Amino acid sequence: MAAKGDIIIDIERCKGCQVCLDACPKDVLEMSRKVNAKGYQYTVKVNSDCTGCANCAVVCPDAVISVYRVK
Amino acid sequence: MKKEIRLMKGNEAMAEAAILAGVDAYFGYPITPQSEIIEYLMSANTAERTGMQVLQAESEIASINMVYGAAGCGKRALTSSSSPGISLKMEGISYLAGAELPCVIVNVVRAGPGLATIQPSQSDYFQAVKGGGHGDYKLIVLAPSTVQESVDFIRLSFDLAFKYRNPVMILTDGIIGQMMEKVELFEQHPRLSEPPTWATRGKKPGEKSTVVTSLHLESEDMEQVNLRLQAKYREIEKKEVRFESYRCEDAEVLFVAFGSSARIARKAMDLARMKGIRAGLLRPITLFPFPVEEIRRLAGQVSGMLTVEMNAGQMVEDVRLAVNGRVPVEHFGRFGGMIPGPEEILDALETRLEEWHQKQPA
Amino acid sequence: MAEQSIISPENLVYKKTDVMTDRELHYCPGCGHGTAHRVLAEAIEELGIQSETIGVAPVGCSVLAYYYLNVDMQEAAHGRAPAVATGIKRVLPEKYVFTYQGDGDLAAIGTSETIHACNRGENILIVFVNNGIYGMTGGQMAPTTLPGMKSSTCPMGRDVKTMGNPLKITELVAQLPGTHYVTRQSVHTPGNVRKAKRAIRKALEYQKEDKGTCLVEIVSNCPSGWKMNAVDSNKWMEENMLPFYPLGDIKVPGKGLVNGGKDGG
Repeated sequence: MAAKGDIIIDIERCKGCQVCLDACPKDVLEMSRKVNAKGYQYTVKVNSDCTGCANCAVVCPDAVISVYRVK
Repeated sequence: MKKEIRLMKGNEAMAEAAILAGVDAYFGYPITPQSEIIEYLMSANTAERTGMQVLQAESEIASINMVYGAAGCGKRALTSSSSPGISLKMEGISYLAGAELPCVIVNVVRAGPGLATIQPSQSDYFQAVKGGGHGDYKLIVLAPSTVQESVDFIRLSFDLAFKYRNPVMILTDGIIGQMMEKVELFEQHPRLSEPPTWATRGKKPGEKSTVVTSLHLESEDMEQVNLRLQAKYREIEKKEVRFESYRCEDAEVLFVAFGSSARIARKAMDLARMKGIRAGLLRPITLFPFPVEEIRRLAGQVSGMLTVEMNAGQMVEDVRLAVNGRVPVEHFGRFGGMIPGPEEILDALETRLEEWHQKQPA
Repeated sequence: MAEQSIISPENLVYKKTDVMTDRELHYCPGCGHGTAHRVLAEAIEELGIQSETIGVAPVGCSVLAYYYLNVDMQEAAHGRAPAVATGIKRVLPEKYVFTYQGDGDLAAIGTSETIHACNRGENILIVFVNNGIYGMTGGQMAPTTLPGMKSSTCPMGRDVKTMGNPLKITELVAQLPGTHYVTRQSVHTPGNVRKAKRAIRKALEYQKEDKGTCLVEIVSNCPSGWKMNAVDSNKWMEENMLPFYPLGDIKVPGKGLVNGGKDGG
């Protein structure tokens, strides 16, 4: 099923708190192996099942996720 | 317009002067001997007259922080209290000075320390002039000695507060606050309409938001703030010194006294003159900025100075600093609300004269 | 259909609000302050009142709230934000005025200002972030610290006998006639974040009707102070804080005290 949604993560601003991981109903998100400039692992997409529900963005304390959804 | 002349109690005259000066908001709390200020404002229907807000807060601490909020919006904000209450406001006053917010704080001084008594005193001089709160800051401090000056200084203090974006304190006492005298009131001034650019009034689209704060965590920034404050205080010292002198032209000895003590010292001066002692009186009106130059000048003319203060001797130290050892500087005062009489002041002067003359070469 | 086409302006459904500045938040990873700031900023954006709003920041972790909230703000002394806000509202009654405070600021040193602002029914919004600890100063016990909960000033756990019980300030102020809308929310799950934003938006709308003080408590976490990672801290909060500070409306206009408000939670 083609993805209906997608996200952009500002990985340099992500603090690796992982709060968004469980918020995603489609298990799209996991922590990266690499770290960003601040030394934090950051959230990455591991599949393309994103539906654009924005749960991850809504719960992110640092508002680093933008969400797109095909209307 | 003929100015209105009335017989008024000091506290009530200051309250009326606040309305006439176009004050936007008063926040206060009851404490003897100054509760008449809020009582008068509450009964003067200020909302109708000028739209001025009057609110009794839950504490002096709350009221000084309400002043902070209103002043941060660029409005004329006033509060008043007496010694113990002023102590409670000290943190807020330091914040106001740090955030460079204009406002006026009236202290109708009563005797201390502790709960002490409600009787008049001048023992808050250091607190007012040296800074009772934390950090290097200064208040412009005006000391009225009549009900008329109390009225005029309400308007003057707001002009100075906004001119320098600095809190101003009116240091009066229970005598002047509770006494009734003839007073000429000035005409109604409009309340401020346009808020200054530094005030919070709602971020305009496309503009940066305005922040009123005294917080500067980076030391480099905080030092710059302090340097800016110190430069302001130097400018105030240069431009805003006010004092009055009585019969100093030929004075050989000098009384230095402010507020109600100056009224009594003036009588003592006259008594001294009758006994052939050429006494003069210097009355500082601004306690900060202190009249250092004038005192320094007079130190070249008189053989000694006697400060008259209802405290243990506080302003005497500033006089000594100005005189810098050239002539003796002594203090006479009473405590606990005991008010010195002119005769005992004269006695104190005469005992000093003997010492001063012994010290001077024949 | 190439995935690339999904990311295009017309498909954008969520981005950081302009009522937040561009500045990176100093809060610890996963701390609820950032989310609480955001729902407040989003509510202001939705109501289109960014140019009519003046906020008051406390002393505590959110002392720098004005770095992040893109509205005119004033910085209050510790505990005095409700008094500062009173001063603002009394001279600018047509503006929306809010305070944003932590539990130490609001329920310890600021208890008197909080209760009296609410008792006067000051027409302001109080956003109260309750994480049961003093965060900025390094994790000391707060009035809302739970019995047995550890902190740097109750390392063996809060002993009710010598250190008293947690202060349920929100239920307290809900009893005062001056409060109009009092609710307790959280921002640790998407559903709760959405509810918290709606609650803040409602509270701001009530402010236009001049009906009294609105207080929105946000129960939140403190990963550093609680010495847990963010995900565990939210779990710990659900298991320990929420039973003591139940979420939901406490006082609703027209209905008065509801669920938690009546029986004290």
